Amino acid sequence: MSIRSMMPRFTAFLLLFALAGCGINSVPTAEELAKARWADVQNEYQRRADLVPNLVATVKGFAAQEKEVLTQVTEARARATSVQISADDLDDPAKLSQFGDAQGSLSQALGRLLMVTENYPDLKSNQNFLALQSQLEGTENRISIARRDYNEAVRAYNTRIRTFPDAIGAKVFYGAKPMTPFEATTPNAQNAPTVAF
Amino acid sequence: MPLNPIRHPSGGWDLCLSRQTLRERIERWTPASAGVTLVLILLALFLATAAHAQTFPKLTGRVVDSANLLSPEQEATLTQQLAALEAKNRRQLVVVTLPNLEGYAIEDYGYRLGRNWGIGEKDVNSGALLIVAPNERKVRIEVGYGLEPILTDALSSVIIQQQILPAFRNGDMAGGIMAGAKAMVDLLSLPDEQAEARAQRIVADAKQQEGGGFPVALIFWGIVLAVILLSMLRNRGGGRSFRRNGLPVVLWGPGLGGGGSRWGGGGGWRSGGGGFSGGGGSFGGGGSSGSW
Repeated sequence: MSIRSMMPRFTAFLLLFALAGCGINSVPTAEELAKARWADVQNEYQRRADLVPNLVATVKGFAAQEKEVLTQVTEARARATSVQISADDLDDPAKLSQFGDAQGSLSQALGRLLMVTENYPDLKSNQNFLALQSQLEGTENRISIARRDYNEAVRAYNTRIRTFPDAIGAKVFYGAKPMTPFEATTPNAQNAPTVAF
Repeated sequence: MPLNPIRHPSGGWDLCLSRQTLRERIERWTPASAGVTLVLILLALFLATAAHAQTFPKLTGRVVDSANLLSPEQEATLTQQLAALEAKNRRQLVVVTLPNLEGYAIEDYGYRLGRNWGIGEKDVNSGALLIVAPNERKVRIEVGYGLEPILTDALSSVIIQQQILPAFRNGDMAGGIMAGAKAMVDLLSLPDEQAEARAQRIVADAKQQEGGGFPVALIFWGIVLAVILLSMLRNRGGGRSFRRNGLPVVLWGPGLGGGGSRWGGGGGWRSGGGGFSGGGGSFGGGGSSGSW
C-alpha cells in the first residue's frame, strides 16, 4: 500500500485524537470532579443534620425550659434536610441559594442553642455534650473545607469550558453551562457583627 | 534601545516595541539570548506562584520542631515511636510545632499543611498531624480522611483536653506534646480490621481506575511523530510536499494533566533514600482543636 493511499486514514486518526484536545475528555472530567465535590458538601451538611437530634436530646435533659430554642433547631433541621440538590442542578443559582438559606438558618439556630447552653454549667461539663460539641465543631470545619474545595472545582470547570481549546468541545459536544459556586448565604454574612457590651 | 512601557487598561504593563526596535531585536537574536529570556520568564512564573502560596515549613522528618519546644532526645524518642507506628500499619503521624500561623486559623492552616505535605498513604489518606502553635496558644489534631472513623473528632478533643492541655497550662510544652503524641500512637496502633479492609478496598478501586485509563496522549503524540517522519521520508524521495495534499495542521495536543486535581500535593515523591516523606494523603478538616 503506498503511503499516499494511507493518508486519509492518518488524517482520520489525527482528527480523532485532535478531538481529545478540545475538551472531549477534559470537560466531563472537570464536571464530574465538581459534582463529586458537591456531593462532599452535601455529605458534610448531612453529617451535621445527623448530629442535631442527639444534641437536642442531650440539651433537653439539662435545659428543658429552653423549649423555644430547641424547637427552632428541630424545625430548622427539618427544613434543611428537605432541601437537596441533585448534581444536575448545580448550574441553577436559585436552587443553590435556596439550599444555602436552609442550611444557614440551621447554622443560626445551632448558634443560638450553643449560646443558651453557656448558662448551664452541668450541661457544659457533661461528657456526652462535650463529645457532641466537638463533633459539631469538626463538622462545621469540614463543611467550610468542602465548600472551598467545591468552589475551587467549580472555578476550574468554569475556566475550562470558557477558555481555548476546551471551550470548543464544551460548546459543540456538551453545551456546557457554567456551574454556580456556593457562596456564604448566612443572612448578613458579609457584614461584620456588631459587638455590644 | 528604548522600551516604552505602557500602562494597560487591565492593569498590567505592556512592553511595546516600535517596528524598528523589533527588527533590531530579531537581528540580534541568538540561541543564547533566547535561552536567557526563557529562563527569566520561567523564573518570573515560579516567583509569581511562590509569592501567592502560603508558606509551610519543610517536612524534615516525623517531628518538625520549628518552634523549638523539644529537646533532641525527646525528638528522637518521638521519631522512633512514630516510625514504629508507620512500620506497624502504615499510618503516618507527624508532630509539628509552628512559630506562627501566618494569621490563619489553626483549622485552616492545619488541613492545608497536611495536604501540602501529603501525609498519609495516597488514596487511603491514612495520615494525622499534631500541630502546636505556642505563640498563638493553639493546638490541633488534624486527621486525614482515612483515619476519621478511628481518630474521631470527639476522641481528638478528649486527647487534647485530657493529655495535652493540662501540661501546656503548667508551661510544660514538651510534656504535653509527648503525652498527646503517645495517646495518638497508642490509639492508631490498635488493630482495626475494619479500617484495614476499607483501606484495601479503596486502594484496589483506585488501582482499577488507573489500569483502565487509555493513554490517549501517548498514542496521539506517537501518531503525530509517525506522520512527521513519514512526511520527511517522502520529501526526501522527491515527492510533493504534504502541504499540497491538504494535511490538516494540528494545533494542540491532548491536555496533559487536568486542572482540577487537588489530590496528593506530595504524591509520588517518596524517595528511596530512607528519608521521610508523605505518601500523598489528603485532609478534609477532621480532628479537633484546643487552646490554653
